[in-house]
Amino acid sequence: MAIFILGTGCISPQETAQGGPLLAAPREYEQVRLATVDPDYKQWIDVKQIRRMSRVVKMGVGAANLSLEAAGITAPDAIITGTAYGCLDDTGVFLTKMVHQQEEMLTPTAFIQSTHNTVGGQIALLLGCNGYNNTFVHRGFSFENALLDAIMILKEGSAQHILAGGLDEITNYSHQLLSRFGIYKKTPVKTMELLNSPDTGTIAGEGAAFFTLGTTRGPGTVAMLSGVSTLYKPLWEGEVIGHIMKFLEDNNYTPADIDLIVTGRNGDIDQDEIYEEVAEALFPEHAEACFKHLCGEYPTAAGFGVWMANAIIAEQKVPEAAAFFGRAPKKIKNILIYNHHQGTHHSLVLLTAC
Amino acid sequence: MSDLKAQIIEQLNLQEITPENIGNDQTLFSKDGLGLDSIDALELIVLLQQHYNIRIANPEEGPKIFHSVRSMAEYITANQTAKA
Amino acid sequence: MSEKVWIAGGGVISGIGLDLKACLQSFRNMQPGMAAMQYLPSVHRNTFPVAEVKADNATLADMARMPEHISRTALLSMIAAREAWKSSGLDDISRYRVGFVSGNTVGGMDKTENFFPEFLTNSRGGRLQQVVHHECGSVTELVADMLGIRHHVSTISTACSSGANALMYGSRLIRNNIVDVVIAGGTDALTRFTLNGFNTLMILDQQPCRPFDDTRTGLNLGEGAGYVVLVSDSLAAQLQPWCRFSGFANANDAYHQTASSPDGTGNYLAMKGAMDMSGVQPQQIGYINLHGTGTQNNDVSEGIAINRLFAPHFPAMSSTKSFTGHTLGASGGIEAVFSALAVKEGIIYPNARFEHQMKELPFAPVTAYSTGHDLQHVMSNSFGFGGNCSSLIFSKA
Repeated sequence: MAIFILGTGCISPQETAQGGPLLAAPREYEQVRLATVDPDYKQWIDVKQIRRMSRVVKMGVGAANLSLEAAGITAPDAIITGTAYGCLDDTGVFLTKMVHQQEEMLTPTAFIQSTHNTVGGQIALLLGCNGYNNTFVHRGFSFENALLDAIMILKEGSAQHILAGGLDEITNYSHQLLSRFGIYKKTPVKTMELLNSPDTGTIAGEGAAFFTLGTTRGPGTVAMLSGVSTLYKPLWEGEVIGHIMKFLEDNNYTPADIDLIVTGRNGDIDQDEIYEEVAEALFPEHAEACFKHLCGEYPTAAGFGVWMANAIIAEQKVPEAAAFFGRAPKKIKNILIYNHHQGTHHSLVLLTAC
Repeated sequence: MSDLKAQIIEQLNLQEITPENIGNDQTLFSKDGLGLDSIDALELIVLLQQHYNIRIANPEEGPKIFHSVRSMAEYITANQTAKA
Repeated sequence: MSEKVWIAGGGVISGIGLDLKACLQSFRNMQPGMAAMQYLPSVHRNTFPVAEVKADNATLADMARMPEHISRTALLSMIAAREAWKSSGLDDISRYRVGFVSGNTVGGMDKTENFFPEFLTNSRGGRLQQVVHHECGSVTELVADMLGIRHHVSTISTACSSGANALMYGSRLIRNNIVDVVIAGGTDALTRFTLNGFNTLMILDQQPCRPFDDTRTGLNLGEGAGYVVLVSDSLAAQLQPWCRFSGFANANDAYHQTASSPDGTGNYLAMKGAMDMSGVQPQQIGYINLHGTGTQNNDVSEGIAINRLFAPHFPAMSSTKSFTGHTLGASGGIEAVFSALAVKEGIIYPNARFEHQMKELPFAPVTAYSTGHDLQHVMSNSFGFGGNCSSLIFSKA
């Protein structure tokens, strides 16, 4: 059974929420922490509701609405969210007050909003959606698990339209902590130079990408979501290559059928090595596009990659800002998105033009 | 009462509302009033504790006390004088 | 593709026992697990009774065969997941395509909240080891790695229905031939973060909780972990499964962030959906393990939804949270194990401290432990924040 992408929505450090051609005027940064370019959220959320929402909730509601609008659907049958960190800002607010006030005179709002399924719950509340609602919080698989759950439910036939997406936010606390773990570059790097950076470390990013999926194509459909797969802690690069081969085979493809690979290179020389090895082994002549120099690294960044791949199929063109290697063929039919997060969470998503 | 209104606006992060917009007798919780909900009621309980040192142990008392700014002010006055 | 999914075993650690057998003994003896806090340091220590797992981290680490410094949430998870696997009759885990799907609500928060005071005074302060497993998914991976599970690892966090939703996703993974076995359920350790959070909602009872009693005034928090082992048809044929995981549904109340709608819309839709999937009629359900937190709001909404669906034939019902406390992300997993075992052994669990009939409802929970019932179908409810409502059904065949 084919799964169609009916509409997409993305809020990111690029101007992805305004519509228009893909990355026509890419925002270039020279910093290690990127922040989303926020649309006016009051177009979707009234003042009474917005006052309690942290950034991650707003970006989730925004991207979900963009995706539904693009699909021309007002009421999905299910809402599935992926977020590795959840609502960090409210978690930090409540923790800080708890420490400073010695567990006394605390207020409920931050605690309620800190719950990981706040975004999924809020979308349901705003849409009045009584359907299935689930939230995956598994690090670099959060977004992929949400897509997989959606595919399984659509195939089961218990829903016709599913809203699925992934999102994460950066807060001051989380950035301080992740920096202490040595994940990021010590000095700022320019956006268009990140992927050729000669040393370790990447840049921090955030954002939300939502997809309205269905079993029949809609007016805005350009691609099918042909497959999703995850690989946890591969023992060596050969296992990754074998997994990709098997994934393509299971979907009745060979590497030659792939017109473009979209990879999760993040400018960390150690972490990018596996992309080199995979390309060399399976896609030596293939065109390759990248996205993390545009949106930054975060556990659900693959959402941005899939969003971008869908737009590339729609426009049949790889924007200059995303091109990394080679030239894509005139007709871009099959795109394989291969991403890994921290070397431990590898994922594959296959889009097919239709 | 305008102090109290400012405290309410701050505690509940009410946007696009100033103390002058809230009538003394305007209902706080009904849809045609400020449209607050049960989470706001819990926030207001903490507000009374923080600013006026008044403890409400039973949240079910909330609707009566938090009917309007005037009823809140009266409750504060009554409970502070009772203590003094 | 396996059409049917079976329960091959289960494991529980909770405030009423360090394993499933001990939990059953506590039900039999009518010994609930609530007491003053012994292990969680909090200023509310003498105010709110909780159902703690009666062991310190050193003891749990020994049982789990894991380092003592890691999150209690992971230690509890490991102990219950291993018990579940052992009870299934499956041998070496590396011989199967196995998934681990675990629910939890705050990951390694028990460590993060110890880290924070120092971090707040100095952003370079605090030992990073205490936050390295902060993420919900990280807790799951500690256990998956220890068990040797790599085929599919996932974490679900939908507040109090997390554990139940883990079973749903696990079942779909088997039906879609992604894996053949899934250890599914949930885990949560008590933390000051959640204790204080629930306190701000003013729904913690200062007395032992009284679910479905007219005089109820709130819930008691608990901690623990519970997992079932889900297996495909072909594996079940080689084992002696406890029962079949025949139906499930999740629905959203879409009413309020924390409160249930007065008519229990989400609860009703979840129970109805699960029965539709199982293909059973209300009168075929022999026992319901209620969500039954003991808050004013939950019990009346859940009760009204049950009334709408089951009247006039009410199955036996009880809230085992009257023994274990509300274990949040673990509760769906723990109660799934209790419910699956109820089908296998014909057990109806007691609802402790029930005395006063709720005036809104025409039925009352069961107050005594009994066995030997012929339970063809058992339902387990889990309802959480964000309007997240789940219902599971376990069946004899």
